[in-house]
Amino acid sequence: MQRRSVPPATSFEYFMWIFTRGSGIALILLALIGISGAFLMGARTQMDLATVMRWAFFPNPNHVVNSNIPDVAIGWATAFWQIMQMLIIILATTHGYNGLRVVIEDFLGDSYWRPMLRGLIFLLWLFSLIVAFYVILFS
Amino acid sequence: MKPSRKVGFYQGLKYQGRGPMIHWMLHRITGVAIVTFVGLHVLSSFFMQQTGADFATQVNIVYESWQFQILVAFIVIFHALNGLRIALLDLWPAAQNQVDQYRAIWLQWAVFIPIYAMTVFFLLTGSLAAS
Repeated sequence: MQRRSVPPATSFEYFMWIFTRGSGIALILLALIGISGAFLMGARTQMDLATVMRWAFFPNPNHVVNSNIPDVAIGWATAFWQIMQMLIIILATTHGYNGLRVVIEDFLGDSYWRPMLRGLIFLLWLFSLIVAFYVILFS
Repeated sequence: MKPSRKVGFYQGLKYQGRGPMIHWMLHRITGVAIVTFVGLHVLSSFFMQQTGADFATQVNIVYESWQFQILVAFIVIFHALNGLRIALLDLWPAAQNQVDQYRAIWLQWAVFIPIYAMTVFFLLTGSLAAS
């Protein structure tokens, strides 16, 4: 097998290609950590799918309090789970909006829509991050 | 030279990409669906909290129905497992050949079907017990 002698160009697309894979694997692990945390805090018999998804994808006290399990929200208000939420939010919003950008730009040729939609998605990404950080830290 | 993107819809349907192409399409469709789902969920939660809007209640009624949850479970689990397959095959480029690609797809469905069947079973029994 012939070895590749040219190093890959370090471009934005190359970085996002790696990021998409890495964040995808990390998000699966983070979801499993969230569900495990719910099990450790004693939520075993009252789980429905919505509750599992709340824990897997955003383990925030204000988020899981909507499920039917009483007194479980207190255990989530710690620095550990705040860091977990931050990681999930940063990785998931970036992964999601970048995926949306890739899909849109596959259907667009070189037109003036491309930079405009890029800018719009960037603003949406920034807005989502700010809202999520506000929810995690101050609410 | 860039490949031509001027391919018609029916011409694209005739392309016999088989398993990998179908999974590529489904991965994109489910990915955009998740972005839409989460975005609507965040919007409706915001308006529910701030204004108690009618639209937010309607969205939540749809999201909490078992029919919708069966769909969402498929979308999320498929996207996660398919993404895991893609990422793992990209980590080991030696596996990027015809035989291993198809093996990986079969393995993916061997993992997907038990997880999804269990989810659907609990959704259905739960909704039957509640009704």
